[in-house]
Amino acid sequence: MIDFNDKVIKQFTIATIFWGIVGMLVGVVIAAQLAWPAFNFDIPWLTYSRLRPLHTNAVIFAFGGNALIGTSLYVAQRTCQVKLFSNSLASVVFWGYQLVIVGAVLTLPFGFTQSKEYAELIWPLDVLLAVVWVLYAVVYFGTIAKRTVKHIYVANWFYAAFIITIALLHIVNNLAVPVNWHLSYPIYSGAVDALVQWWYGHNAVGFFLTAGFLGMMYYFVPKQAGRPVYSYRLSIVHFWALISTYMWAGPHHLHYTSLPDWVQSLGMVFSLILLAPSWGGMINGMMTLSGAWDKLRSDPIIKMMIVALSFYGMSTFEGPMMSIKTVNALSHYTDWGIGHVHSGALGWVALMTMASMYTLVPRLWGRDGMYSTQLINVHFWISTLGIVLYIASMWIAGVMQGLMWREVDANGSLVYSHVESIEATYPYYVIRMIGGLLFLSGAVIQAYNTWKTIKGAKNPKETTISDSQAVGESA
Amino acid sequence: MSKHEIIEKNIGLMGLLVTIVVSISIFIEVGPLYSQVSVIEPIEGLEPRNALELSGQNIYVSEGCYGCHSQQIRPFVDETLRYGHYSMAGESVYDRPFQWGSKRTGPDLARVGGRYSNEWHEIHLLDPRTVVPTSNMPGYPWLAETPIDIEETVASMKVLKMLGHPYTDEQIANAAASLTDKTQLDALVAYLQDLGTAMPKNYQ
Repeated sequence: MIDFNDKVIKQFTIATIFWGIVGMLVGVVIAAQLAWPAFNFDIPWLTYSRLRPLHTNAVIFAFGGNALIGTSLYVAQRTCQVKLFSNSLASVVFWGYQLVIVGAVLTLPFGFTQSKEYAELIWPLDVLLAVVWVLYAVVYFGTIAKRTVKHIYVANWFYAAFIITIALLHIVNNLAVPVNWHLSYPIYSGAVDALVQWWYGHNAVGFFLTAGFLGMMYYFVPKQAGRPVYSYRLSIVHFWALISTYMWAGPHHLHYTSLPDWVQSLGMVFSLILLAPSWGGMINGMMTLSGAWDKLRSDPIIKMMIVALSFYGMSTFEGPMMSIKTVNALSHYTDWGIGHVHSGALGWVALMTMASMYTLVPRLWGRDGMYSTQLINVHFWISTLGIVLYIASMWIAGVMQGLMWREVDANGSLVYSHVESIEATYPYYVIRMIGGLLFLSGAVIQAYNTWKTIKGAKNPKETTISDSQAVGESA
Repeated sequence: MSKHEIIEKNIGLMGLLVTIVVSISIFIEVGPLYSQVSVIEPIEGLEPRNALELSGQNIYVSEGCYGCHSQQIRPFVDETLRYGHYSMAGESVYDRPFQWGSKRTGPDLARVGGRYSNEWHEIHLLDPRTVVPTSNMPGYPWLAETPIDIEETVASMKVLKMLGHPYTDEQIANAAASLTDKTQLDALVAYLQDLGTAMPKNYQ
């Protein structure tokens, strides 16, 4: 038996669940503030505009990041059949990464920000993150390099692309000249800065929230299903197609702006092409269940994974559609964009993470399974309902806003003022908040279930399959 | 497909190929922008922000206004009716970082300069619902009580000058004096009142 380093994986797992709840809680708070502005309380650090970056950073980098780093180091050890490259370095990566997150919590609500979306962290934290990221790359690639199996398993291709590209994106987008310990000005300005930012922003989605989580999917879906990956050939084709196409699609965030038209059109074309490699990943994940579809009935973890892949397919269909300039003319600047992001973030990223954690936790702590399968089922349904409420309300609100803004009467005058579109949106903001609250409740249920599993508690109401088998054997 | 095994067995080669594949776009998409004059040259009449406006820009960034307000008017009938002439790239060459935004929970601000009085802005920023009863914008009452960070603003001008914003030494020398007794509210209002005003009046 190889003495895998699971201590650091356990730490990342607990951090994932903890920061997930924190990030989603902040999300619910800011959703409530948009519906009822009194919830800003006139307190600076509780104000919507300061908390919104905390929400995005916490869910993407704290929840998603801990999940990705933790699972990547777990998967690398298992698929390479070696211990981690360095236990002490892995520990430095864990604590260094938590330090960056705590730094974000202590700066963003207090007005220390760069204002570039999803790259709001001030320059000293950017430097710290870059150092931690390089150390993470050393641990990860070091582990792959000393593997005892010849082939590098497909999950690792995606994790590798994620690690390399995030380093590149982070460094290029954050190049800036400091003014003092917290303020800095980017070396790019205006339209150039806009394009660099959305080259970064879109590929934070493409490599952090997609490639990384595909890596997770390629290990945990086959593991949980007990089936091999559907198609080796498809995984090769869609891997290279995905990583080469994604990088070009950023300009679709800047349609009809003063960014030159040729860049916008180039971005749109690549965004449309992107549908194919994205669906390649979805199909490869879903079809892994072929021959084991019955597990959808009996295993809520599998159910969660398949729904996650479905949301991945949905949002990667919606994304290219929204990148078409004429569609974007309506959707851009509205809550449709927020709905789209959350169908990917809640539906795909969060559900895949949560399902993978359910697979991972019993294995890490040496249990037969999660404390309660019933609670996983409850989590699944409450989350799914939450996502549906969230994205449906934001779709309706977004299309409505877009249509109201462009409504011109027979005399050529605008029909609605901007604030009338806000008035019309209030009910949807309430529904969205309820959706978010349901999703957060699911995360809390998972935390409880995980805690009970780690403690080794036996659920009096449920008999796990292995228990009954054991009874059968002894009889 | 069997040739792919070569890559699958060599992490160095795989890492190299990934790096090459993901690096191309930045050169081809961003690179040429630096040779497009309309993108990198300021429009006629555009000046770098004065000390008070620059301090206001720092506050706009710090408070996270970009989360709800765009500064980018698209060339559509409804947008030009509502907000004025569509935005030109040359108008934002002194914006570091750019403030085009991505969401309009509130209205676009690209040409908000001169549309409302200073008094309106002050009341609105401190308690938006006194002037727009159904607004969901937060209030920012602390702006009126917080003095400007003068030292930071002067340092900001120096860094921006280094990055190519054409500040004169005189402007930087006089900056501190022009900021005495000013609050963050004064600065933010000055910043807002300047937005989009470089374009000729009949285009705003």
